[in-house]
Amino acid sequence: MEKRVVFRQTFLPYLLLAPQVLVTLVFFFWPASQALYQSVLREDAFGLSSEFIWFENFSALFAEAEYLHSLEVTALFSLAVATTAMTIALYLAVQADRVIHGAMVYKTLLIWPYAVAPAVAGVLWMFLFNPSMGIVVFALRAVGYDWNHALNGHQAMALVTVSAAWKQISYNFLFFLAGMQAIPKSLIEAAAIDGARPARRFWTIVFPLLAPTTFFLLVMNVVYAFFDTFGIIHQVTEGGPAGATNILVYKVFHDGFLGLDLGGSAAQSVVLMAIVILLTVFQFQYIERKVHY
Amino acid sequence: MVENRRWLNWLTHFVLIIGVLIVAFPIYIAFVASTHELDALLQSPMPIWPGDSLIKNYAQALGTGARAVGAPVWLMMFNSLVMAVGISVGKIAISMLAAFAIVYFRFPFRMAFFWMIFITLMLPVEVRILPTYKVVADLNMLNSYPGLIIPLIASATATFLFRQVFLAVPDELTEAARIDGAGPIRFFKDILLPLSRTNIAALFVIMFIYGWVQYLWPLLITTDEKFYTMLIGINRMIAVGEGQAEWQIIMATTMLAMLPPVLIVVFMQRLFVKGLVETEK
Repeated sequence: MEKRVVFRQTFLPYLLLAPQVLVTLVFFFWPASQALYQSVLREDAFGLSSEFIWFENFSALFAEAEYLHSLEVTALFSLAVATTAMTIALYLAVQADRVIHGAMVYKTLLIWPYAVAPAVAGVLWMFLFNPSMGIVVFALRAVGYDWNHALNGHQAMALVTVSAAWKQISYNFLFFLAGMQAIPKSLIEAAAIDGARPARRFWTIVFPLLAPTTFFLLVMNVVYAFFDTFGIIHQVTEGGPAGATNILVYKVFHDGFLGLDLGGSAAQSVVLMAIVILLTVFQFQYIERKVHY
Repeated sequence: MVENRRWLNWLTHFVLIIGVLIVAFPIYIAFVASTHELDALLQSPMPIWPGDSLIKNYAQALGTGARAVGAPVWLMMFNSLVMAVGISVGKIAISMLAAFAIVYFRFPFRMAFFWMIFITLMLPVEVRILPTYKVVADLNMLNSYPGLIIPLIASATATFLFRQVFLAVPDELTEAARIDGAGPIRFFKDILLPLSRTNIAALFVIMFIYGWVQYLWPLLITTDEKFYTMLIGINRMIAVGEGQAEWQIIMATTMLAMLPPVLIVVFMQRLFVKGLVETEK
């Protein structure tokens, strides 16, 4: 779609674009190109000399057991966060869609965690599961289960997953509810007249019609788990114990910013960029589908 | 609801109430912890009902802060506010101008600029941490408000949103304005700006929350306690090493850190939902 009526100034549009383009060039394109450039260089620790080494940084990266482990951890984490947050949100949305009185109240009470920062979500759950004073840990001990996520990698993973999923439920709930309210009531009523029970109506009508929403949310949840959960990891586990929660974004920060490994960190950045591009393509796939639906 | 069976209605409400309680539980415990003395929290189990130190803890947090961090929480709150407002106003301003240029003018490389802005979607801060840090350090913007704000204000989403809004404005309006002798600046100020008021408000809500919850960026570029945002302050209060973290103050700060964005979501729910749906399109 294009405008028929336009203004004729020649210099003005560049002036209007200038702020956005300037910020983009200085803080996006230049750093990204630096990351690309450094990923094919080997630099000494003082940045005095550098050497062009093609893809050695990448082959070194994928030969590193720690990095492969981090990939695995990230995949597991994002899958766990997406399934947990989406299942709970879908279940709650189905219930909220049924409610006639007070639907607005439930909606309000369920969506506000969207505004809680991931780092804060991490603090809240870390406090509940603090090995020495957490109230949930106390309850777990009472039934004979010992909790210490500073030592046990599985427990650490469970804790960051719960923190991340807890915050994301609100977002998924909102989109599932909107998706369900867009389904024509006549379809549901027709099925009910034909004798289909609520569960059957859900699986044969509502769930298939929600497929585009579900797909969209899956992508968004994976993006969230990949990139927005840095605060949770940094706050709760710092990637530990023994790398059990060392997701890619945390590792790139840790190796580059604290470990000062320029080439390796740049190579990691480039891999992450590739992942973002892939996810963005998926996201746009969703929009295409929605149009055809 | 198609059928009206009483037990089903009860079950629905029951499930929803359980859901609400689970969602609220961590916040409730944080609130309880923020109303007790530290000694009470260190007992096992910690109390589950609010105590009587609410005013004392919040006053201490706001006024002097935790011992581990040399900045009071009111200052961190101010910093978070500056950052969130700066980012949202900045994003909206530069995106509106860019969208205006792309929609209402024809000039060489128009689409090239459009795609350039689009690609920023694929370059979140997380994938270019070190080089971006270096740029900001070279520009002498570490530990400063511009350093906290400007690198985050480019926005492909906002530019697209305003492009859609402007494309939906009828051409007749533009023609009428031109006949009346209005130039592009006048047209923008007197017609486009008022027409996009609700979009601006919805976007502001979303971007304010986005700015308020930023963590990685302030973590990288603020080393001076005077520029800590609330989230960084909380992190520093917890990281006391061998010492005893002051959990009552940490939890009071956490409650304060959640308050502004949560109030915005609750009281501007309509705008919030509109903004959320529009920015994800």
